[in-house]
Amino acid sequence: MNSLQVIWDALPFILGGTLTTVSAVALALGMGLVLGVPMAVGQVYGGTLIRAAVGLYVWFFRGVPILVLLFLSYGLCMSLGLALPPFLASCLVMGCISTAYQSQIFRGAIESLPQGQLRAARALGMTDGCGIACIILPQAMRLSLPGWANEFSILLKDSAVCYVLGTQEIMSRATVVAQRTHEHLALFALAGVIYFILTLVVLKLLRALEDRVHIPGYSTGGTIGMGAAG
Amino acid sequence: MSETVAQLSKKTGASPVLQVSHLSKKLGGKPILQDCSLTLNRGELKVLIGPSGAGKSTLLQCINCLIPPDEGKILLEGRALDVADRRALCAFRAQVGMIFQDFNLFDHLTAEENVVIALRKVRGMSRQDANRRAQEELGRVGMARRAGLYPAQLSGGQKQRVAIARALAMDPRVILLDEPTSALDPELVGEVLAVIKDLARGGMTMLMATHQMDFARALAHEILFMEQGIIIEQGSPEVLLAEGSATRTRDFCKHLLEMGA
Amino acid sequence: MFDAAFVSQELLPALNRGLLVSVALIVPAGVLGFIGGILLGCVRAFGSPWARRLGDAYTSVIRGVPLAVQLMMIYFALPKVGIYFEPYGASLISFILCNSAYQSEYIRGALLSIRQGQIKAAQALGMDSLQTIVWIVIPQAARRALPGCGNEIIYLIKYSSLAYLVTCMELMGEGKVVASDTFRYTEVFLAVGAYYLVMVTLATWLLHWLERRFHVPGFGAR
Repeated sequence: MNSLQVIWDALPFILGGTLTTVSAVALALGMGLVLGVPMAVGQVYGGTLIRAAVGLYVWFFRGVPILVLLFLSYGLCMSLGLALPPFLASCLVMGCISTAYQSQIFRGAIESLPQGQLRAARALGMTDGCGIACIILPQAMRLSLPGWANEFSILLKDSAVCYVLGTQEIMSRATVVAQRTHEHLALFALAGVIYFILTLVVLKLLRALEDRVHIPGYSTGGTIGMGAAG
Repeated sequence: MSETVAQLSKKTGASPVLQVSHLSKKLGGKPILQDCSLTLNRGELKVLIGPSGAGKSTLLQCINCLIPPDEGKILLEGRALDVADRRALCAFRAQVGMIFQDFNLFDHLTAEENVVIALRKVRGMSRQDANRRAQEELGRVGMARRAGLYPAQLSGGQKQRVAIARALAMDPRVILLDEPTSALDPELVGEVLAVIKDLARGGMTMLMATHQMDFARALAHEILFMEQGIIIEQGSPEVLLAEGSATRTRDFCKHLLEMGA
Repeated sequence: MFDAAFVSQELLPALNRGLLVSVALIVPAGVLGFIGGILLGCVRAFGSPWARRLGDAYTSVIRGVPLAVQLMMIYFALPKVGIYFEPYGASLISFILCNSAYQSEYIRGALLSIRQGQIKAAQALGMDSLQTIVWIVIPQAARRALPGCGNEIIYLIKYSSLAYLVTCMELMGEGKVVASDTFRYTEVFLAVGAYYLVMVTLATWLLHWLERRFHVPGFGAR
């Protein structure tokens, strides 16, 4: 069979998997954002206990490979008698990992802000909560954008291993078709191209966002580019 | 006893806005402030001078508890401040303006938004009222035309004027100024001092740490001289700086002049 | 629930066997990947326009495609065009190729960050090109690149687990076999996770120690 023909026939099937990949990554990133920001705030402004707890969480989820965590989640679900769909399990595992990484991105941004910002907010009579919400976070989020884009690109690539749980994303579908047609080269090349294009498109969008929220003289210290780390 | 104080203030026509008594602060076992007391009456401008490291900045930041003092009492218009009450502390700070040496404008907000944000979040003003108020205050410091610019687009002098407008918009009872001109290039000092001078003439109560001796001599009602965390001399500039007076203040000023500062 | 006999007689021996294979993947991949990264980084910083473009293209392709896809290509796809690798060889090759690309990014950044004035100053003192590179460029560039390159090594430790996907019997693969045989996924993967945590933590300490050891006050803090 002709490789091009195989690619053409498999395209709708694999593009369907692309949708799964994108939604899983989006959900995980969203979870990381929602949990990562309070964790970062807790780690910078919280007491010893909160700091230690966040530190422990980050140490664990940054130190254990995603594959191990995926299988661990499988085992935990089994021993708890929980029938978690593979898609949700993948999202949760990636979300937990992303929370750890994002909390460190935001923490770095918060810590890089001058001390005087919160002091000035207090001097105007703002509560600490208001000062953090109105003054610190809007600045920290802007500073975090390049790191956040980097985190997206890492997570997108990490999502490729979620097929071990049976999540119907790009890699799993490419593997299925490859095993049936024996056109491994064509199908994995196709998967690679899709990941590559996804990365480029989203990074472009994030760069546009960076320009939109740009404030004169307020350097983000780096521009959004292809993410580091495999 | 308290009656005599009240009578005394009635007689002289002065009413205390801010009273600070026996303020002390230690950092790492080392005393930074020792038993500092002062009273600011309505419309008074008092100037804190002293060598760097004397504790001027710490004293000012302790007064509105940006650095919590270890001991001492702070009274605003006769009411004592309870440091443990977060609500009361925020309300207190909203009435005590603070001008920093390094401006501390919020870097992600325009000049106008810098003034507006506390009006809305702390005073609960509507957006419209807050904007109007911000325009007024920026006009007062001569920054109305630059209201839409971000801090990074302003010169140091302009930044400090916006910071003053931000403090003024809160209708403060008293303003604390922590060396407002020492981070500025020499040619920009004048514009900021002019604004402060206007405020003083308008009857604003102020406590200002500064090295600008000419300014202190001309406008201060009283000079407080600090050294090693202690207010060691206190009096009107005419007395402390009088020709031939043997005060530490005068020594220090002569020294400043010799250094060309 | 805790079964000491299972852990000591079945699980740990298998994981220790896997650990050896993992280390045999990580160390050569780290060393060769770093050397590849230096070469690629130099080409991308100072090469001819064409070489630069080629290097940039290679790097952005590697960095835009998941490592899992690259592994699958090398293990399953290359045999179609007559190139065969064993699981271990395929994993190692893939890790080296990938690591080089990521490392080159930091090397290139570090080389380009050296200010022109530093090189001019060296030449003004009479140093020749080689002396300038050895005594000025490398010491500065190495310090700039150290945190990024070190982080890549830490990532490499974690991503070495992907070798399991091409049936290489390293730590992850051994763990998976025991888990499938005994159906004790939770215990097995907690133990596997602990192995990786120890490796990553040790590498992080080493990196911090190196950073402190070679720290120069005021250098690198932009």
